[in-house]
Amino acid sequence: MRLNLAPLAAAALVVTAFGAQAQATGPIKVGFMLPYTGTYASLGQMIESGFKLYVQEQGGKLGGREIQYFKVDDESEPSKGTDNVNKLIKRDQVDVLVGTVHSGVALAMAKAAKESNTLLIIPNAGADAITGPMCGANIVRSSFSNWQPAYAMGKVAADKGHKKAITITWNYAAGSESVKGFAEAFEKGGGKVVKELNLPFPGVEFQALLTEIAAQKPDAVYAFFAGGGAVKFVKDYAAAGLNKSIPLYGPGFLTDGTLEAQGPAAQGMFTTLHYADNLDTARNNAFRKSFALTYKSQADVYAVQGYDAAQILAAGVNAVKGDLSKRDAVTAAMHKVVVDSPRGKFTISAAGNPVQDIYLRQATGNNNEFRGVAVKALADPARGCKL
Amino acid sequence: MDLPTFLVQCLNAVQYGLLLFLVASGLTLIFGIMGVINLAHGSFYMIGAYMAFVLAPYFGDWYLTKLLVGVALAAVFGFVLEWAFFSFLYQREHLQQVLMTYALILVFEEARSLLVGNDVHGVTTPEWLNGGFQLGGLMAYPWYRVFASLACVVVALGLYFVVNRTRLGMMIRAGASNRDMARGLGLNIKLLYRVVFAGGVALAALAGMIAAPLSSVYPGMGGSVLITCFVVVVIGGIGSITGALIASLLVGFVDTFGKVFFAEYSGVGVYLLMAVILVWRPEGLMKRAY
Amino acid sequence: MTRTWIVPVVAALALFALPAVLTPYTQDLVVKIAIYAVFALSLELLVGVTGLVSLGHAAFLGIGAYVTVLAAGDSGGSVATVAPLAVLAAAGYALFVGALSLRTKGVYFIMVTLAFAQMAYFVFHDTKLAGGSDGLFLYAKPALGALNLDDKRHLYYTVIVTLVATYALLALLMRARFGHALAGIRVNEQRMRAAGFATFGYKLAAFVIAGAIAGLAGFLLAIKDGAVNPELLSWHESGAVLLMLILGGIGSLRGAVIGAIAFTLLKELFQLESLLGPVASHWQMTLGFTIIAFVALLPKGLIGVRSRFSGAAHG
Repeated sequence: MRLNLAPLAAAALVVTAFGAQAQATGPIKVGFMLPYTGTYASLGQMIESGFKLYVQEQGGKLGGREIQYFKVDDESEPSKGTDNVNKLIKRDQVDVLVGTVHSGVALAMAKAAKESNTLLIIPNAGADAITGPMCGANIVRSSFSNWQPAYAMGKVAADKGHKKAITITWNYAAGSESVKGFAEAFEKGGGKVVKELNLPFPGVEFQALLTEIAAQKPDAVYAFFAGGGAVKFVKDYAAAGLNKSIPLYGPGFLTDGTLEAQGPAAQGMFTTLHYADNLDTARNNAFRKSFALTYKSQADVYAVQGYDAAQILAAGVNAVKGDLSKRDAVTAAMHKVVVDSPRGKFTISAAGNPVQDIYLRQATGNNNEFRGVAVKALADPARGCKL
Repeated sequence: MDLPTFLVQCLNAVQYGLLLFLVASGLTLIFGIMGVINLAHGSFYMIGAYMAFVLAPYFGDWYLTKLLVGVALAAVFGFVLEWAFFSFLYQREHLQQVLMTYALILVFEEARSLLVGNDVHGVTTPEWLNGGFQLGGLMAYPWYRVFASLACVVVALGLYFVVNRTRLGMMIRAGASNRDMARGLGLNIKLLYRVVFAGGVALAALAGMIAAPLSSVYPGMGGSVLITCFVVVVIGGIGSITGALIASLLVGFVDTFGKVFFAEYSGVGVYLLMAVILVWRPEGLMKRAY
Repeated sequence: MTRTWIVPVVAALALFALPAVLTPYTQDLVVKIAIYAVFALSLELLVGVTGLVSLGHAAFLGIGAYVTVLAAGDSGGSVATVAPLAVLAAAGYALFVGALSLRTKGVYFIMVTLAFAQMAYFVFHDTKLAGGSDGLFLYAKPALGALNLDDKRHLYYTVIVTLVATYALLALLMRARFGHALAGIRVNEQRMRAAGFATFGYKLAAFVIAGAIAGLAGFLLAIKDGAVNPELLSWHESGAVLLMLILGGIGSLRGAVIGAIAFTLLKELFQLESLLGPVASHWQMTLGFTIIAFVALLPKGLIGVRSRFSGAAHG
């Protein structure tokens, strides 16, 4: 046994030695938990770029302190979520967690953040529960709740006179919440969702379901997909000829960052989102220019969300001049801030979610162009939040 | 469900089943002839799909040429892999084969990550297969899916021809029924195994290439195909190509119509089918009947 | 014979004393390893003792974990109800799977167990029974009198006690008539049947017991993580536990425990960026090559390393 225990003991020692690196003062430790691989990899990259752009614009410091970054690839895998976030919280002992894209993973992050009372800023994941039953003072979102753009779309669809709709999405939290938000507004406006189709995440074999849609002949279809799935669905929808007879609607994720790949299949599609690429405001133009210069690529909504996450953190840190031990003042400032975002100014609700305008956009060329405001200053109902 | 919709769903089921058959036939051949349980078979499917993606810019619309080149490359790869790795597995017990081939999956996935990255990619269909034909007023059925089904049928016929009407096929059937006797009669078993393995890999890779535009190319795509293939082989009977065909079509129908009628439980349906068949025929529907 | 007891007893005592010197992160790690050791031990009964290679054992782990979360509900419930429910659910599914798959042999058996595990996976992944692909969270942990599983120390000792008890139970089983019958079945089933043993019954019993213990490991895992996910039932998990057995050495209970330790530590090691740099993000490849090397060079596992040098047989 001696022969076998020695190497194992050595391995255990190595793991612990390289793991813990506690720090008292000095740089603010920011832990990114984002998808750097898999179907959401490009989104993770955009978020990090946006965040770092803001810090760079502040001279690399927030509240007078430097920023030290830690990264964990969450692979958009909810099963590894708890393990991964604990690496940042327990092993690297970060001051602030920033993440993630996938709602299921974000739920694990929120739970861990609540249990360890770590600051958490969510730059994308829209899980309603995070600013609902799982809300906490230390958790703020810079993006949206799944309900928001979906509700706006439902209102738009009802206003356009559609009466019969079918929804289709992946079978996970983000998908079902989005569909619920759409149904709520659509049915309030006099329509009815006759069928809810879904398939397991991240499957892209839509053929059987497209056939079902064709058979049911609804007035409209609402789809929630993102990343690679969004590209495939819009293309398959057009390939089946359905886009000529049944208009396809969705939240902005259906067409954000995917227009080039989708090509003619997506042209003319209406979507709702809290951002539009060609929003002609001074703030947005300056942001997009700065982003393009730094990263040699066009910013998208995910970059904006990352950028605004940094703004929210800055508001909190500046309010206490860098002393993060004054936690209550930090979170209070983070909730009171009026964020001067490229998407337009927005505030944070008591539950931690942005209260913002949702825009109607139309896919034209390679851009989702602004067509008007679908709903002004829409606040997520934060059902179940006790804050 | 009205008739036109039913017919379209049948088309969908057959197309899925035929693609599955292509992958499963390779697996059942390798199982049946060499007795090796190969968990990495799904990886060959993935390799084929990624090849379709990587080769696309070089071949453009020369789609059939691309397929042929891909199949040839896969066969060579299979040949080398058998010589370098799999030939050592025949003598080992099943558990070791399981673990070695499982490790191979890990290696292949990471190699894919290193060479091509982790993004999801779409593969476009060639110009001459774009569009579809109108099915009444219902929807357009894509030409590419028709092509996929036809290609699988052609390969299936070719497989039948090779196995039942050529010398090679005779050797395969001999090696399958009694390895030692065949060797005793002068058959070069080593070379035969290598050829069969290469063939199995080529079949799986071809299926992957054909499926790439339909399912997109993404990390982990080999895993789901693998397990469904196992189910097909269990239902059809190890070593039986006809069994694999019948089982694949059965699975195709259960899966497609399951998605429509029992959306949530469609994934479970295929396994329930397997359970039922097992109760009735533990050795599969058509054990070893070519 | 007394010599074989010394090492496990010493190890158990050491485990009880450890919390005094461990950081929270490493204490978590030890708990994780101990739970996986219980899981590996359960599979050892099937693979090592009875010779049944199951590639779907993770299903029972997952079912135990899910039932724990579902039974605990909002208030946590009592350990006295939740734990037996989890174990019974896992054992029940094992009975169903075993009854059907034990009709097959060899390669078929491997594939069929894999397929049934996939079936359970899809039930949790696709349906609205549980949280779908996002999994479920355990908001309140079950308690039993003074035992509060929310407390890390209590959880630690509970897990260690379970590990020791499982080890002892299996060691006793192996020495009893039941264990000898299973070993006989592994060596030559036909002979056992000729000798009058109802081999199907024995195999099924072993399968169900193994499933039950795996369910217990699942219960502990759900409590430790506070979250369950369909990936717990995936074939990657089933493959991982088989790997633990072969790493440690098939055929001995010690091997199962050593394998669990080795596998978990290796995974942690391979993912350490501070040690391996850029290779760390491709840890699966490193793991893959390690497995191949192990199976090729050390088919008897780490336990076999010692006998290679001392030449002694190990039981």
